[in-house]
Amino acid sequence: MAFKSEGLGHAFNGKAALVTGAGSGIGRATALAFAEAGANVLAADISSEGAAETVAMIAEAGGNAVPFAVDVASSADVAAMVAHTIRHFGRLDYAFNNAGISGGRPGLDDFDEALYDRVMAINAKGPLLGMKYQIPEMLKTGGGAIVNMASVAGLTGVGAFAYTASKHAVIGMTKAAAIRYAARNIRINAVCPGLVDTPMVARAAANNVAAASPDLNPVGRAAAPHEIAAAVLWLCSGQAAFVVGHPLVVDGGMLAG
Amino acid sequence: MNPFDLTGRVAVVTGGNRGIGLGIAEGLAQAGAKVMIAARDAALSETAVEHIRQRGSEAAFFLTDIEDQGSCMALAENTLGRFGRLDILFNNAGIMIGGQPESTSLVDWERVMSTNLTGAFLCAQAVFPAMQRQGGGKIINLGSLASIFGTARGAAYAASKGGIVQLTRSLAVSWGGDNIQVNAILPGYIESELTRRAENERPGSFAAKLARTPAGRIGTPQDIAGAAVFLASAASDYVTGISIPVDGGYGVQI
Repeated sequence: MAFKSEGLGHAFNGKAALVTGAGSGIGRATALAFAEAGANVLAADISSEGAAETVAMIAEAGGNAVPFAVDVASSADVAAMVAHTIRHFGRLDYAFNNAGISGGRPGLDDFDEALYDRVMAINAKGPLLGMKYQIPEMLKTGGGAIVNMASVAGLTGVGAFAYTASKHAVIGMTKAAAIRYAARNIRINAVCPGLVDTPMVARAAANNVAAASPDLNPVGRAAAPHEIAAAVLWLCSGQAAFVVGHPLVVDGGMLAG
Repeated sequence: MNPFDLTGRVAVVTGGNRGIGLGIAEGLAQAGAKVMIAARDAALSETAVEHIRQRGSEAAFFLTDIEDQGSCMALAENTLGRFGRLDILFNNAGIMIGGQPESTSLVDWERVMSTNLTGAFLCAQAVFPAMQRQGGGKIINLGSLASIFGTARGAAYAASKGGIVQLTRSLAVSWGGDNIQVNAILPGYIESELTRRAENERPGSFAAKLARTPAGRIGTPQDIAGAAVFLASAASDYVTGISIPVDGGYGVQI
């Protein structure tokens, strides 16, 4: 991809992008951004209603998208999701493995093993399965780019055991996969949002299980979902052609201070 | 609206008349910015400005000694006088003086620290009032993989570049409320005069770096420019205090 004066204007024309967790929040904003940049989008979500809503929003904006209902913890589902993308668009150039859950912040004394397994299955195994099925398709067309959803909780402790462990895992697997496939022109990176104004964070805040205060960072506010989407699109673009295995922090300076 | 568009923005690039700096200046200009090159060499700067103008962008240069506070202030004033605003500062200028730490002279140590670290600080200080008045801005500092790894035969360089990462974080937390985002780019092995000289001095260093780079190639100034455009644009308004390696994965691999 050439470095163009229009930046990312229509840099993704004719390409295909897959986004999981595309039915709300950051996933939806990123699906919309990919479509706006010219890509065909596979909008996947555990909620088929959410995915359909996102597809309708993209269509309304003049873009092209297809919905898909997926449980990212299921190998069969993820394989089917990638196959669905190829069936519709004939190729896969970009993937954003974004789907995740917070799992709350129970203490260790009443810690539920099943909750740990569920958080790890969705947040960590999900991106791993995603890469397993996405990479072979990208290799067929000479390369691609993958962004996995981590979090500042992948780099520091936030008091939610399973969530923190799952996000550290995402960064680790991102680095391991990145160095293995970089020479074959598949760039794999992660994005680490801080506080973002999304339904997941709002739910957590309503349950009083996560502090949601914009006073927590130097910028003094929560991010809008489209600000995380912009980072994901940059990582997928030719502008980031030499960025490999990096957990890109988008946190309003939270970790810097 | 394209959040990566820099149309109407004014960018200062120190050391922007050659190598990575020129690549950055070109990249920002191609994304729509007007560019002020701050450097010491008039002839090189004139050629660089002409080069950017030929591609249809506005550019100028100002002879600057970034180790001198007055010179940095004059750079900011001149940029405002010429272009009416100042939105982006790219602290790119830097030097490398190699040598074993036990035999590095105090003069060499101070020269490296003064150019690479103090120079970046003085330029940031000089542009702050304009950015604050305008309601925001972007400062991008050039680090190095030496910011995060130890460097044999380059202790002063590594210390100055490590300092860049901490300067970046500190300016970010200080000026976050002023809507000024401060970040760093840490280039890996990039084709430039500096790395070509290193290869001439120590043949084989190129091949050794390449062997450890997962991407399987050496970087280019355009690779750094791509990160510069992101960090200079509205697309990174929530990104501050971070350092992005642009290294083909060199820092990720053991």
